[in-house]
Amino acid sequence: MLPDCLYILNIPAIMSDILLKVNELRAGIDGKEILKGINLEIHPGEVHAIMGPNGSGKSTLSGVLAGNPAYTVTGGSAEFHGLDLLALSPEDRSHEGLFLSFQYPVEIPGVSMVNFMRAAVNAKRKYFNEEPLSASEFLKLMREKRAVVELDNKLASRSVNEGFSGGEKKRNEIFQMAVLEPRLSILDETDSGLDIDALRVVAGGVNKLKTDRNATIVITHYQRLLDYIKPDFVHVLYKGRIVRTGGPELALELEEKGYDWIKREIDGE
Amino acid sequence: MSSIDQYTALYSENACAFDAHSAGKLNTMRKHALESLKGASLPTKRTEGYERTSLEDMYAPDFGLNPSRINMPVDLAATFRCAVPHMSTLLGVTVNDVFHPVGSLEQRLPEGVTFMSLSKAAAEKPEVIEKYYGSIAPTENAAVALNTLLTQDGVLIHVDRGTHPGKPLQLVNILSSTVPLMAPRRVLVVVEEDAELQLLVCDHTNDNSQSYLTSQVTEIVAGRNSRVDICDIEESSARTSRHNMLYVRQSEGSSLNHTTVTLTCGVTRNDYHIDLTGDHCDTRLSGMAIGSAGMHIDNHTDIRHLSAHCKSDQLFKYVLDDNASGAFDGRILVTGDAPFTEAYQSNKNILASQEARMHSKPVLEIYNDEVKCSHGATTGQLDSKALFYMQARGIPLEEARTLLMQAFMSDVIDRVSVDGLRDRLRHLTERRFNNYRQGDAANEQCGDCPASTSND
Repeated sequence: MLPDCLYILNIPAIMSDILLKVNELRAGIDGKEILKGINLEIHPGEVHAIMGPNGSGKSTLSGVLAGNPAYTVTGGSAEFHGLDLLALSPEDRSHEGLFLSFQYPVEIPGVSMVNFMRAAVNAKRKYFNEEPLSASEFLKLMREKRAVVELDNKLASRSVNEGFSGGEKKRNEIFQMAVLEPRLSILDETDSGLDIDALRVVAGGVNKLKTDRNATIVITHYQRLLDYIKPDFVHVLYKGRIVRTGGPELALELEEKGYDWIKREIDGE
Repeated sequence: MSSIDQYTALYSENACAFDAHSAGKLNTMRKHALESLKGASLPTKRTEGYERTSLEDMYAPDFGLNPSRINMPVDLAATFRCAVPHMSTLLGVTVNDVFHPVGSLEQRLPEGVTFMSLSKAAAEKPEVIEKYYGSIAPTENAAVALNTLLTQDGVLIHVDRGTHPGKPLQLVNILSSTVPLMAPRRVLVVVEEDAELQLLVCDHTNDNSQSYLTSQVTEIVAGRNSRVDICDIEESSARTSRHNMLYVRQSEGSSLNHTTVTLTCGVTRNDYHIDLTGDHCDTRLSGMAIGSAGMHIDNHTDIRHLSAHCKSDQLFKYVLDDNASGAFDGRILVTGDAPFTEAYQSNKNILASQEARMHSKPVLEIYNDEVKCSHGATTGQLDSKALFYMQARGIPLEEARTLLMQAFMSDVIDRVSVDGLRDRLRHLTERRFNNYRQGDAANEQCGDCPASTSND
């Protein structure tokens, strides 16, 4: 038994050890419920993979966590390092360290990558009452972070994602992640549309950014990406619920046997 | 009493004063105008082409005129500093309708370039005034006739054959008065064969609490193989009505690149009439309008392809917020004498609020088989996916909206060919959208300009 005072000291330590705690989260779109009670707990330093068949709610989960106004939360809670995540605006979620790598990064004609990133970086600095970066500081930061994913300098002068290839778009997502240094990154189908070389570069970027203080959620259909980004936990999402949780071996099992056996087990229950 | 009766009566009472202060050619034209105004009326919303802007209503308030040329606050022109830094221009200012050369303009003008008041030009360049004044704008049009009747002065810009001034000219129009005032103004631009002109026009209001009406007729004669670049920026007050009529005649091989930018205004109606009278003319007509509370912006274009192998390209974009209203009425005419015409027209609009209204009307009249023509009009909202993407990167919603609106205007700005001006326009639109975001639209003025802020 520890003395009482140590218990008290321990409490905040334990609390801050949970980066994200999702409790019975329910959400939908246009009145149709898609997430039907999600429970998830993520600690710093962990990599969680969320797998599941088409239509199981994977992208809805990432959208709801990032605050996409297209979705409506109908129940449950999500706590992000002690904050009520669902009460925050999308921009404040970003400032607090949540990053969503989009499955389909949006093209924004007329907004240059440089202006876009400057606005993002300085908005975050403003949130923490810091002065905006000077032009030279900002360019130095861009140079450093581009190296993480070998992003071509030429892309930086173009409009956001406009005319980028599939691989360039995903690299650009990881570049933005490198710049914003999130505490929790959600990679939504980052492997889709990537050839094997691009996949290696993107996964390499993610691994370079991994520390024992941040965490990653990898949403994917396929085991392939998990060869490059090694998960600590694998969750299977089906019909809006996490129906299985296991170690990396679960992903291998899914790769071998498909989702049907899980569907049968769950639907048979 | 109709507006026309009201102003013709005002003219008749002061005919001597009008004539005494104007050049002979202007007085001769005035007589013709008075004749053609008999029984004429200004268009109302029931007139085709004016469905969204009634000129009768615009001109109806009892605006004063200044036939005796008294109390012109000329010091404004002397103290005016341009808000377009990093651009070296040859600057002239009109206060209402009186032209003032700024600094040592006359000494700085390159050989072959004339930039002066019409009155002075009537003495120094009588052959140009005689030949071209009133030669393009038709007095059968009641609004043109009314302008011709009431105009006492204006500006002549003349570029001699083969002359390349090397620097843009800038004309700043400032409205200033202690009573509601109508400023009828004429601008005559003659760019002779093989010559070039870059012109920046800025419209300002000195006193935001006063109401003004400008009636401006600009005639542009673009000689053979000449090149004319014009950018017209309006930053006037909510109580200003502007009726701007542009008439252009392009000769063979000439090119015109005209951009109009409406940043702030009360009621604005721009009429662009461009005649392509020689082969191989090139015309680029662009417009950008940013509307917020109470503003009304109506652009009307009429490009007439009268000769072969000409190309015209129109792009007009509007962002309308609050209860702002906009209209675009664009006509392309391709006559039987204009084979191998290329004519394009595009009008794209964003409505940023539920109350904003946009009316778009493309009109194509084609009497020739050998043509490539297209037109398109879209009106929509800001892209919600792009907004969320930016928010997810930490950019606050309002800032994201501003970035998207600016981005929307970027292709209009890119069409401006005067170096240095594109950057300045980016800055002006950014400031316009930012100030608007901070709820400052009503007081928005060209920030660094003492002329526009001295009476605030």
